[in-house]
Amino acid sequence: MNRFLLIPLALFIALVVFLFIGLQRDPHEVPSPLINRPAPACQLPQLQEQTKTFTAQEMRGKVWLLNVWATWCVACRDEHPMLIEYAKSGAVPIYGLNYKDDRAAALQLLKEEGNPYVLNAFDADGRVAIDYGVYGAPESYLIDRNGIIRFKKIGPITPEVWEGEILPLARRLNQ
Amino acid sequence: MKRIAWLLAILFSLVPAPAIAGEAQPNEDPQVEARMKALTEQLRCLVCQNETLADSRADLAEDLRREIRKEIKAGKTDPEIIAFLTQRYGDFILYNPPVKRTTYLLWFGPFVILLGGIVLLYRYLGRRKKLIQEKPLTVGERKQAEDLLRSQV
Repeated sequence: MNRFLLIPLALFIALVVFLFIGLQRDPHEVPSPLINRPAPACQLPQLQEQTKTFTAQEMRGKVWLLNVWATWCVACRDEHPMLIEYAKSGAVPIYGLNYKDDRAAALQLLKEEGNPYVLNAFDADGRVAIDYGVYGAPESYLIDRNGIIRFKKIGPITPEVWEGEILPLARRLNQ
Repeated sequence: MKRIAWLLAILFSLVPAPAIAGEAQPNEDPQVEARMKALTEQLRCLVCQNETLADSRADLAEDLRREIRKEIKAGKTDPEIIAFLTQRYGDFILYNPPVKRTTYLLWFGPFVILLGGIVLLYRYLGRRKKLIQEKPLTVGERKQAEDLLRSQV
């Protein structure tokens, strides 16, 4: 048999491998250039106590999760009960970035559906979110003790992601 | 008389229309807008990822356009503004992927494959050519050919 007949087969197998890997990825996901870079400066009024501010700087020394959310974001509502469970475990403190939202509506939601956040920063015009490279809520950032972003999740944090990726990383960072 | 009244009514109802066209922003510097247009047509909207930042109506696109306008007015150059965006969103926000080590395969790959294909084809045809043995026509065959050709005229 002519050896050259194996070439189309080899190409086909290579194509299958590429498709197998590629089709499992989300084409809409934009990888963040901020991984392993310092979290951008953030100085915003708090959601609940408007006279107080929240700065990312004050979180130095802690490993924490920043969750970008809004009441108008349907996927965030889906994520909310899961966040409450994660917050109960106490493994990683969750801070919220309320993104381009209505203050009253946000407070109402937290009252009605529970509050997994230690506190919330209120980003009215979304400017801080742009600095963080947010393009679609919900997005979450795991930030280490030195203020470096170590992990970003685009979309709701499913239990698989929480237990498979965030918890182990948080444990490593806490050592 | 009634017809004139109708005509006037229609005419008057058309007059205020340009005054309420809502989309146009009030007195934006045309130079800034021209730069905006040129820049944002090279950038991708990350929400509707098939659209440019210039065209997209998404909220994020509005926000980013607002930021870009601010940067232009602050006197930043085009490369500085593009750096501002790629630092936050990565290379995907550019419509044309930059030519970096990681994208060499993307940019040059097709040409390399084309070249490789041409080389292979050349060698294959060369090999085939050697297999063909051209035998000159015998006298009888030549006469046959000529007869056929003449009869076709």
